[in-house]
Amino acid sequence: MKNFQIIKALSASSAVSNISKESSAMFIAGGTNLVDLMKKNIATPDKLVDITALDLKKIEFLSGKVSIGALAKNSQVAEDPSIKEKHPLLALALAAGASQQIRHMATVGGNMLQRTRCSYFYNPDMPCNKRVPKSGCGAIGGSNRMAAIFGASESCIAVHPSDMCVALAALDATVLVEGPKGKRQIKFTDFHRLPGNTPEKDNTLLDKELITSVEIPDNNFNKNVHYLKVRDRSSYAFALVSVAVALDIQNNKINSARLAMGGVAHKPWRLTEAEEFLKGKTVSENTFRQAANLAMKGAKSYGDNDFKLTLGPNAIVEALTIASSK
Amino acid sequence: MASKKTNQNKATEENANSRRDFIKKSGLLTALALTPPSLVMASENKWDEKIAEYLETVPLSIEVNGKKHNLNIEPRTTLLDLLREQLQLTGTKKGCDHGQCGACTVHINGTRVLSCLTLATMQQNAQVTTIEGLSKGKKLHPMQEAFIKHDGFQCGYCTPGQIMSGIACIKEGHANSREEIREYMSGNICRCGAYHNIVDAITEVKEGGMLS
Repeated sequence: MKNFQIIKALSASSAVSNISKESSAMFIAGGTNLVDLMKKNIATPDKLVDITALDLKKIEFLSGKVSIGALAKNSQVAEDPSIKEKHPLLALALAAGASQQIRHMATVGGNMLQRTRCSYFYNPDMPCNKRVPKSGCGAIGGSNRMAAIFGASESCIAVHPSDMCVALAALDATVLVEGPKGKRQIKFTDFHRLPGNTPEKDNTLLDKELITSVEIPDNNFNKNVHYLKVRDRSSYAFALVSVAVALDIQNNKINSARLAMGGVAHKPWRLTEAEEFLKGKTVSENTFRQAANLAMKGAKSYGDNDFKLTLGPNAIVEALTIASSK
Repeated sequence: MASKKTNQNKATEENANSRRDFIKKSGLLTALALTPPSLVMASENKWDEKIAEYLETVPLSIEVNGKKHNLNIEPRTTLLDLLREQLQLTGTKKGCDHGQCGACTVHINGTRVLSCLTLATMQQNAQVTTIEGLSKGKKLHPMQEAFIKHDGFQCGYCTPGQIMSGIACIKEGHANSREEIREYMSGNICRCGAYHNIVDAITEVKEGGMLS
């Protein structure tokens, strides 16, 4: 690992001003992804701004929403009794990610900013447009079992690895950020982006912006929810496909539905067409199958990940079935 | 190039290193480099190492297994390397060094974390417990006893991490069933496949109420 300077910031505004002084400076909090990337010389900052002393760790239930500080630990959110009661989908998704040791270290903001686990991104001997722009994509025509089936481009077919983000996308969350030009809010579904010709950009944060919190509006999704994660081993592995489902069901009728998938795109993949289809329908496997088929429209596979075209819809039906029977 | 080499001191906003200090230090290094006889002498007396150490390291106060240490470390030093290379606490193992195996699990302020992904410089005044800190004199910790009794290992390389994780698993309240133990121990990989016996050991310690 290249050596670096490290400065401890004492406020969000000073963190932003400190990071603005050096072009290759980066924020560090939990470090579970960044330290790993630095060991592999994929991230090579000259300066780190340690933000762990900032007052951004609280989970606050406000009028009409919950605010989760960017420095709240993944395990802290997953095990918060009020989160489990009011937003159980988020707690389930968090508990499905990483290991307990990593959840104790990793923050909510850092989870959103984690880089893809595409093996070409991690291998400096291989081309990767995300790591070195214009170097090519090794995964297209290469080993691409984990790759995207939605929204990929000729530049990149990598997927975003987070579980937490899939739930936050489904729950209509909002990201609050602070940067050199002040504070602003980003819709969660607009936070991560598709690769296009610039896969080096994972998200829509502007240069030197700091995530300060995530807000989830109140909802009725406190019972019929499920996070289904399909992976190569039963725990501690990234998703091949995951499905976040939140249903508001009364008298066997679906009042509203939220659906998002992980492991299938460069961003958490919200299934709005399937959601619209489910609204007002009666719970049945046939309905779920139709919704899943709608969700898979436009899916495209790349060889090793052809199985995702079958696994995807089956996972959607399974997740809907489990959620509706709770 | 010079700025990379020298501007590596961790500083809070109150006492950031001044540019003047930096110029003084880099001037000293340049002088050394331009004077071969001095350099040889410095090398013989290990002065160059001391100067380099002064320039490239940051102070760290940390408590490990109840013992306080005041150290100077490179900012890039992970807690795992600090424990093994500088404090000679080699009980904590380096498995993958990338957060995938759990062999390096230690407790920081009572919470289990991966020391390989932890920058030591970010643990100012932290209390760290490693496998060496569990026994009381010659009396092993109940989890260590249980691992021996239930044959919770074969080669033993993952064992320090498994034991640190197992203790935390119980204290966190995640050892209420075999399934829950397996899920919350999933960050500790055992290549020998001693999982069944590891779950037996943790279950016995949990059910025996051996952790107060």
